[in-house]
Amino acid sequence: MRSVPRSVERLIEELNRLPGIGPKTASRLTFYLLRSPQEQVQALARAIGEMHEMVVTCSVCFNIAETSPCPICDDSQRDRTMLCVVEEPLDVLAIERIRQYDGLYHVLHGAISPIEGMGPEDLKIAELVERLGKNPVEEVILATNPSLEGESTAMYVSRQLATLGIRVTRLAQGLPMGGDLEYADEVTLTRALEGRREI
Amino acid sequence: MTVRERLYRTEAVILRRQDFGEADRLLTLYTPGLGKTRVLAKGVRKPTSRKAGHVELFTHSRLLVAKGKSLDIVTQAETTNSFLPLRDELGRASCAFYVAELVDRFTEEGEENRRLFDILLNALFWLGDSEDTALVLRFFELRLLDYVGYRPQLSRCVRCAQPVETDAALFNSAEGGVLCLRCGKGERGCRDASPQVLATLCYLQSNDYEQCRRLKIDRRAHFELEGILRRYITYLLERGLKSVDFMDTIRREEAEAVSPGREPAGTASS
Repeated sequence: MRSVPRSVERLIEELNRLPGIGPKTASRLTFYLLRSPQEQVQALARAIGEMHEMVVTCSVCFNIAETSPCPICDDSQRDRTMLCVVEEPLDVLAIERIRQYDGLYHVLHGAISPIEGMGPEDLKIAELVERLGKNPVEEVILATNPSLEGESTAMYVSRQLATLGIRVTRLAQGLPMGGDLEYADEVTLTRALEGRREI
Repeated sequence: MTVRERLYRTEAVILRRQDFGEADRLLTLYTPGLGKTRVLAKGVRKPTSRKAGHVELFTHSRLLVAKGKSLDIVTQAETTNSFLPLRDELGRASCAFYVAELVDRFTEEGEENRRLFDILLNALFWLGDSEDTALVLRFFELRLLDYVGYRPQLSRCVRCAQPVETDAALFNSAEGGVLCLRCGKGERGCRDASPQVLATLCYLQSNDYEQCRRLKIDRRAHFELEGILRRYITYLLERGLKSVDFMDTIRREEAEAVSPGREPAGTASS
């Protein structure tokens, strides 16, 4: 016996697939949309539909964009002597938000994690080496996550770049803003102590 | 419904983790009392998380876990050993990935195996400490196979049960051990095992690490030992391991960095 119309049920099922959305939330969202004005719902549907048609991967930095090369790679105002290597497109966003960096990016699309089936060959590392061979920079900043996977990736990438003679740096590691020394793990504390500086 | 404790305490090694939801991670743990188990660590992808550093990959931690409806949730975590050397050297890290993948693939959730937990913990420690990480891996592989029920039979022929002469024997993955020349001649899937290698395998299988670590194994023998065990493990799992490729890549690059242009040994895949 079906208690809701098929079309409503279909939307609930589709929303349910999204991360963090269970059956209850999916139903709630569906009924909210059912009661919303037609235009608003159409706009949402269009936004979802167009996203996949418009978005491409930048052929230079592999970030997601609507043009290739992307606006950042294409921007002549940006510092072309610096290249920041990140795991995901969202990381570019995070670094852009602080407005302290105006160099270029390279998105690897993941980190090395053999146990999850991700090896170096599944990432855009060969592309990075090729890119730097063609367009050398003065400094490469490795901004992968401070996790074992991110560290392994950083070590692996720095090894690949060793022959190019480019300065390779790694983001500093230490205590987070608003953190608590008492709860810090030994790796973080060790790194924080190693990276201490004069004030 | 029986009343049960809402919280439990366990030590654990973090074998795998996957991002989950907004800022959570799904951890695959290996514990002494519960075997392999999966728990949810909430909020650990935020930089200010108190737990994040304590549930990093391959750390040995003490956890307080709350029973949930479907998934149990980590409420407190404290590192016992974070195996720092594994985090500083890519070669050692690649070995740790391999060890973790082996444990993950050879175990089912909820099967207690305390000996396996202990050898996992020891292997992570030795991998950070030893000059000969390949020896640690071979020792670990043999112990793991033993504890999960696939101990290869090395001193007697698996078919006629006669003691094999160490100077002439064949290793057969499908049969799980060595065959004497009489039984194994011309058999499919058999591989010659040189006397030195067979003796080393036997020694590793029957002695503890303190004695085994003193063994001096040359590159050729290491290559052969690895080949035999890797083929046996691939046969049992019916699939190769991704971490093996990674380990080989790293080792090949390290060998090339030391002696550019020379054919690196020990990189053949099974």
